[in-house]
Amino acid sequence: MKIMVAVKRVVDYAVKIRIKPDKSGVETQNVKMSMNPFCEIALEEALKIKESGLAKEVVAVTMGPSNCVDTLRTGLAMGADRGIHVEAARDLVPLSVAKVLKKLVEVENPGLLILGKQAIDDDCNQTGQMIAALLGWPQGTFASKVVLDKEKQVATVDREVDGGLETLCLDLPAVITTDLRLNQPRYATLPNIMKAKSKPIKRYTPEELNVEIKSGLEVVQVTEPPKRKAGVILSSVDELIDKLKNEAHVI
Amino acid sequence: MASRLLLQNLSKRHLLRSTFASRSASTLVLAEHEGGSIKAQSLSAVVAANSLSQDNPVSLLLAGSGSSLHQAAEKAATSHPSISQVLVADSEKFAYPLAEPWAKLIQLVQLKGDYSHVIATSDSFGKNILPRAAALLDVSPVTDVVDINGPHQFIRPIYAGNALCTVQYTGANPCMLTVRSTSFPVHPISVDSKSGGASISEVDLSTLDEDSVGKSRFMKLSSQDTGRPDLGSAKIVVTGGRALKSAENFKMIEKLAEKLGAAVGATRAAVDAGFVPNDLQVGQTGKIVAPELYMAFGVSGAIQHLAGMKDSKIIVAVNKDSDAPIFQVADYGLVGDLFEVIPELLEKLPEKK
Repeated sequence: MKIMVAVKRVVDYAVKIRIKPDKSGVETQNVKMSMNPFCEIALEEALKIKESGLAKEVVAVTMGPSNCVDTLRTGLAMGADRGIHVEAARDLVPLSVAKVLKKLVEVENPGLLILGKQAIDDDCNQTGQMIAALLGWPQGTFASKVVLDKEKQVATVDREVDGGLETLCLDLPAVITTDLRLNQPRYATLPNIMKAKSKPIKRYTPEELNVEIKSGLEVVQVTEPPKRKAGVILSSVDELIDKLKNEAHVI
Repeated sequence: MASRLLLQNLSKRHLLRSTFASRSASTLVLAEHEGGSIKAQSLSAVVAANSLSQDNPVSLLLAGSGSSLHQAAEKAATSHPSISQVLVADSEKFAYPLAEPWAKLIQLVQLKGDYSHVIATSDSFGKNILPRAAALLDVSPVTDVVDINGPHQFIRPIYAGNALCTVQYTGANPCMLTVRSTSFPVHPISVDSKSGGASISEVDLSTLDEDSVGKSRFMKLSSQDTGRPDLGSAKIVVTGGRALKSAENFKMIEKLAEKLGAAVGATRAAVDAGFVPNDLQVGQTGKIVAPELYMAFGVSGAIQHLAGMKDSKIIVAVNKDSDAPIFQVADYGLVGDLFEVIPELLEKLPEKK
């Protein structure tokens, strides 16, 4: 079986983002970019499955401008066998990403598609569900545990739902999106980073894949969230309890 | 807090404007039910539907099987004056909230009803199903909406709440949204509304496309039996950071939470140090919460953590370090040793009702 993993290049999670003065978006020039943390977890899971002998190949896919190849190289250094880069303008909406992924699935025929549950830039949490719909595959979103049964061709997925864990059994091929608890992604070692440089990356454009990119959404503006007003420093627990009771009325 | 007021005022103004624009709108709300009534957060989606435009008949879609579904439908029919219709889909296929049949159901109902908007709440139920349905209908959904400017203009947080993005929906009908329920509070509604409630009708499921249905099966639901409220929806959250020093000490936080009827949260540092499992993590990569009261003990207040809790109504911080960034967002700060403060709080806090 082949596993396809979608990875996204985003502003590093540790960066304090700045909003562009013209309010058109968030500054991404000269800002540290990294692989979306949930995508790292997705890739780690695919690599684990491969290492346990249940998959033969892990293909990492990314979409965006040419510098997204860096993210793909990171994925290859972690252990992905090869990469696919779909060269596209920035800011593809999840529906477009899902349509491109569908075409790639038709070319590559993977038995499992793993994505992060959401990207930490647009916070959409849509792509995995949308690609599953387009393919007519079952979905296991917010996965915190994945067990594959090769004989029965099913995946048992524990999902983090509000207030607990839900266990689903999915027929393969399926789409899984990863939650934070699924695993601890590995670091790429220096020798592997060197090796990754010679791993193949295939390039496509959306036109070559015959996907029409339309958005249906226009960003009107991006603004700073409102600031909280300054609070007060109290001197004792008694004062705190009094404030919470009589001023804030929250206890 | 001031900011929230500002947002509310803004939305009110926009609401007035959209009244004049008065476009014909009709909304389908995907509702959840449990034990014979619809969940409170589903009503937030109805409240959100009301702020799209004034003349906006709401159809509530309930799916499931058995008598509790019909019981929920009857209660739902009188639960909010703007609900004009309750659609009931009764089938074994909907016994569990599996995305495959539910997304097909939304597609089926939308193709029949031609709604201008489809709304669900952005909890794990709505987030799982709505994008799948949107892809079937070939439209781009807008998730986690916190404010509505008009029938097609929405505000949603991006970069874990560090920026607010206003988006205009320019695509085809339906415009599909998930809304953050804490941003659309449900005010108690007097039951003696003039209307005798909404009409209830069954969805004809004979044309439900079986393509992807049945490829997923529900096995079990194991709820974390802590007896505490869920972190995502709790009214009070008590959080501990690295300063707790050990898993043993973290039990003090749990005790305090029990006393307050609160949920327990943790910082990434506390999770990484192994004090608690990481489903308790609040922050950019963990859960995003907005309770009435957020109490942070031994939390320094890194940006990644603040991103997950800065929409809380009241923030209390207890930290030894008076320069900790958490004090910049705290409404009430107490500089002191949490190993002295927590026991004192435990002793002096009033018993929960």
